[in-house]
Amino acid sequence: MLKSIAKASLLAAALTLPLSVSSLQAEEKKDFKVCWSIYVGWMPWGYLQDSGIMKKWADKYEIDVEIVQINDYVESINQYTAGEYDGCSMTNMDALSIPAGGGIDTTALIVGDYSNGNDGIILKDKTELADIKGQSVNLVELSVSHYLLARALDTVGLAEKDLTVINTSDADMIAAYATDDVTSVVTWNPLLSEIESQPNATKVFDSAGIPGEIIDVMMVNTETLADNPNFGKALVGAWYELMSVMSSDTDAGIAARTAMAEASGTDLAGYDAQLATTKMFYTPAEAVEFSKAAELPATMKFVAEFLYDKGILGEGAPSPEFVGVSFPDGSIYGDTNNVKLRFDPSYMQMAADGAL
Amino acid sequence: MRIINRKPSRVTALALGALPFVATVIVYSVASHYRRLENPADKLLPSLESMGAAFWRMAAIPDRRSGDLLLWVDTFDSLWRLGTGMAVSTVLALSFGIAVGFIPHARSALAPYLATFSLIPPITILPILFITFGLGELAKIALIVIGTAPVMIRSTAQAVLDIPREMIIKAETLGATVWQMVTRLVLPQVLPKLITALRLGLVPAWIFLISAEAIASTTGLGYRIFLVRRYLAMDVILPYVLWITLLAFLLDRLLLLLSRRAFRWHHAGGDAL
Repeated sequence: MLKSIAKASLLAAALTLPLSVSSLQAEEKKDFKVCWSIYVGWMPWGYLQDSGIMKKWADKYEIDVEIVQINDYVESINQYTAGEYDGCSMTNMDALSIPAGGGIDTTALIVGDYSNGNDGIILKDKTELADIKGQSVNLVELSVSHYLLARALDTVGLAEKDLTVINTSDADMIAAYATDDVTSVVTWNPLLSEIESQPNATKVFDSAGIPGEIIDVMMVNTETLADNPNFGKALVGAWYELMSVMSSDTDAGIAARTAMAEASGTDLAGYDAQLATTKMFYTPAEAVEFSKAAELPATMKFVAEFLYDKGILGEGAPSPEFVGVSFPDGSIYGDTNNVKLRFDPSYMQMAADGAL
Repeated sequence: MRIINRKPSRVTALALGALPFVATVIVYSVASHYRRLENPADKLLPSLESMGAAFWRMAAIPDRRSGDLLLWVDTFDSLWRLGTGMAVSTVLALSFGIAVGFIPHARSALAPYLATFSLIPPITILPILFITFGLGELAKIALIVIGTAPVMIRSTAQAVLDIPREMIIKAETLGATVWQMVTRLVLPQVLPKLITALRLGLVPAWIFLISAEAIASTTGLGYRIFLVRRYLAMDVILPYVLWITLLAFLLDRLLLLLSRRAFRWHHAGGDAL
């Protein structure tokens, strides 16, 4: 009997090895994988892979980087958190709640953009934000839409208890808006502009009202980055090479934006319209400046308090300060012994200095 | 002795039955242990203790936001949707099943349509359901009914067709009316098979319930799982999955028990799974 127990546990160990081994190797390595999902500010990741710019920079640093598109945003973050990927594009809020809250030390390598109107609140047949009181609001619960709603309600002296939040899948948001039951939605682009174009819809608040709070970032594993600086350099170098092309109105810039537009299922005009409500940091200097600004710690405090209030800041989090967030000036919000999210502009600074 | 003739004793049978369960728990514990050695806050494979704590939190500690005991609210709402949906499906299966199986004109009119309709994957017509029934309870129940009723109607109709022709002729010879034949001959033969159809229908019904709740909802077991998936709270998801499995198992056994108690004649032939 004892023998068979020993055998069984050996077998169990063998079966589970593939599950546990991936995160064990954090030393120097050559092959890296990052993931992204479809969103206006992240379309460049797909283009980097397709155009060969990523390969060029990876070759320069003698490594191999694969950029993988994942169709489901939350799933891509979960995959990163599970250790399948070395980096992943996500918002500052989801980075704090999923990987950082899950104990994965994560660094904001490239601060790509912030939403400047890409997320919004739409009311049917009403025109004032205050009219939202007492309504049922359809949104993807616990997402940036939920955060935007909470921040918007603050501005008119309302709270979430003054309305009913109905968790609604983003895939069904447009169909949901078409039904009579639905009178208000909070969502993001391209769904937002699609719903706003309906005759009875009025956008009463959007993320331009809270500029710089919904930030889209390439997050990478801190340990992997520390052991492999070349990984960070290659990603940052490739990204800003594409940024300078993409932001220009040269043939190459238009070709790049057209390719990204097609990949996101729209055309150049539609993609440019989405870019107009996205504050892209086309130069590394802008991104560095944003990361060092005094507003960032205040934003992360709002975000942490929101997450804590909704009970999603990690298991048994005793306070919003449960997960520490470090900033470029060395200051830390939250628990200094549990710093899991780091804003470190040093790689973007290298790009700004032309040191890559 | 050949292996097909060797019967396990009662104790051995119990132990053999428990073995795959125990093995699963051991494999899970070992994998979870190694992942947590690396990262004590790992969310993917939480420890059994933290799952127990999360389950306790959902079941016994009022939610900070709403003051409800979430597990029970979710369970009640989900079971209500499932129960209503399956009740409607069962009534449809019984009435249409007997009509299609017993009355040739009804069969000609409905059988091809039902056969076609039952092949539509219900998830694909969700947007139509939303626009027709709104986003409330009605659309969720409608999804369960559309997903389960056609197949249940077909299997009930088949059960009516399987009634030996001789019995029907005998009833007619004795002067029975159609209604008497339905109540005295068809129903006793078909009801136990309806319960079997209901038990089999519960499997897709759970799938449709969870999918409907994932799409637009404020409560429910499926809602909770898809909500906490946003922050990878496997410590809540895994106990919920086990809880759903347990509920489904209990429902299935209760129906089997009901069938055994109420329709002894149907189970006289031997044991079924």
